[in-house]
Amino acid sequence: MDINKLNELKQRAFNVREHIIRMSTDGGCFIGASLSCADLIVYLYDSYLNVTKDTLKDPNRDYFFLSKGHDVPALYGTFAEIGWIEKDRLKNHLKPNDFIYWHPNRNIPGIEFHSGSLGHLLSVAIGVALDCKMRKQTNKVVVVLGDGELNEGTIWEGALVAAAKKLDNLVAVVDRNQFQANIRTEELIPLESIEKKFEAFGWTAHRVGGHDFEAMDNTFRSVKLDEGKPNVVIADTVRGKGLPSIEARADRWFVNFKHDEIDMLLKELHGEEAAKLTSETIVAR
Amino acid sequence: MTYEEILKKLVDEDERFIVMTAENRAAIRNLPNQIGDRFIDTGITEQTLVGSAAGLALRGRIPVIHALATFLTMRAFEFIRTDVGIGNLPVKIVGGFSGFMSDGNGATHQSLEDVSLMRGIPNVNVWCPADEEDMLIGLETVLKSESPFYIRYNNTKPSVSHNKNFEIGKAEVISEGNDVAILVYGFLLGEAVKAKEILEAQGKSVRLINLRTVKPIDEEVILKAAKECKMILTLEDHFLTGGLYSIIAEIFLRNQITAKVVPVAMDNKWFKPVIGQDLLEYEGFTGKQIAEKILKNL
Repeated sequence: MDINKLNELKQRAFNVREHIIRMSTDGGCFIGASLSCADLIVYLYDSYLNVTKDTLKDPNRDYFFLSKGHDVPALYGTFAEIGWIEKDRLKNHLKPNDFIYWHPNRNIPGIEFHSGSLGHLLSVAIGVALDCKMRKQTNKVVVVLGDGELNEGTIWEGALVAAAKKLDNLVAVVDRNQFQANIRTEELIPLESIEKKFEAFGWTAHRVGGHDFEAMDNTFRSVKLDEGKPNVVIADTVRGKGLPSIEARADRWFVNFKHDEIDMLLKELHGEEAAKLTSETIVAR
Repeated sequence: MTYEEILKKLVDEDERFIVMTAENRAAIRNLPNQIGDRFIDTGITEQTLVGSAAGLALRGRIPVIHALATFLTMRAFEFIRTDVGIGNLPVKIVGGFSGFMSDGNGATHQSLEDVSLMRGIPNVNVWCPADEEDMLIGLETVLKSESPFYIRYNNTKPSVSHNKNFEIGKAEVISEGNDVAILVYGFLLGEAVKAKEILEAQGKSVRLINLRTVKPIDEEVILKAAKECKMILTLEDHFLTGGLYSIIAEIFLRNQITAKVVPVAMDNKWFKPVIGQDLLEYEGFTGKQIAEKILKNL
């Protein structure tokens, strides 16, 4: 990846993080997961997915499904930055005049399908991947899963079916931020080794740093889409990435910050002083 | 044409149709060899069956998916509600061995709440054909409709010759009469016909209504029956709660009318897992028992 592209992606992800922070007030959002997958989503839409604003209805486009729907602010932030939706529209977050809320829905251009209930979109992606194969198309289907979402039985049902149907056009990406809602995954339902689990189900597994654009570029470009096996990329990420005051914390999953905290968090993102957060943490939702 | 032949025809004529199952091939045994990759078996995975059908529908397909009614509508309920229902995708959900048709399987396999569950999902319609002939008359119309549909698959032998005009939301009025209106969906129509014969032999007139689609339901026919008949009997191999009896109550309340309604349904219990006539007899669903119930209430 050349230095200009790298800088461009870093800047875009930075802007997306600003959008996410601004959406974490006046009702709030799931900031931790949104920040963990921001780099991943920026990368995928820039360099991996063969889809543009003009090809959103083209049956030959690549498909992207966000199965862990609660991190949709990262997706909306990315859409705003690449010009699929107006940046101003993000101000409609949780407003009755729009459809920008805590989970994705098809009223927003670029959203292929709604999600929110975990463990659904792997199977939906399987249906799309099956159809692409049936029609002898070479487009790929990418689905982002949460690591906590791997608790759901339907992920493993889908893992069996995808391998049985030899869906090598399917790429599952796990946002491995180490947390499920309120607790570290390994403390509750240990997931490792995720690679070995998927490999045992007949998938090809990759693992990469999910905040390292160059590493992601190398890994995603090495994914084989014609060898008869579905693919999984486990992206190691940090919950709350970019904001040290909330990074890797179990209690900053869903947040609804006060306006002055938003200002402080934006400064913190810019590397100025650390935010002094006063709003209570919301652990359970 | 048989059920399978109609599916085969639709697959041949229309590239949208895909036949799927979660490894329950009872209704479609001959199709895998005939339709190639347009047949997809996902294994014993009702949820992935429904989710992947939604994915196929997103690509413009009309998946016709098959599994046991109980497991399809209950194990995969949230997938039907969330992916098919919210998505308003034209997935056709075919439940086999529904209601009393599960015979000796026991309560684990008895789908006596499937109609209730499916009709409660916005966008999802429900069709319960009375027998094989009734099913084959309506099949193409239902499968080609734009909306998601739950279908209570029914290949039982017909007890009447059905009206060939099928319309979604229109009931089939089999006979006119004013003493009692029997409202029925599904395979109990056969017992309703027997009840009608017994009653007519005793000089009673019976309005027999095969509802066909339970959602949308033919409200006009029902309101007319309420107005013109001395009593209504609802007949269903379903729990009393949430099925036809509830639907009638909702219609009457919405229209601010009342009528004498006697239900024959499974009241807060599962049925004795025995076969055929023994089951109907044990649970009180034979034509004779139904006729007696009506006479007692008239």
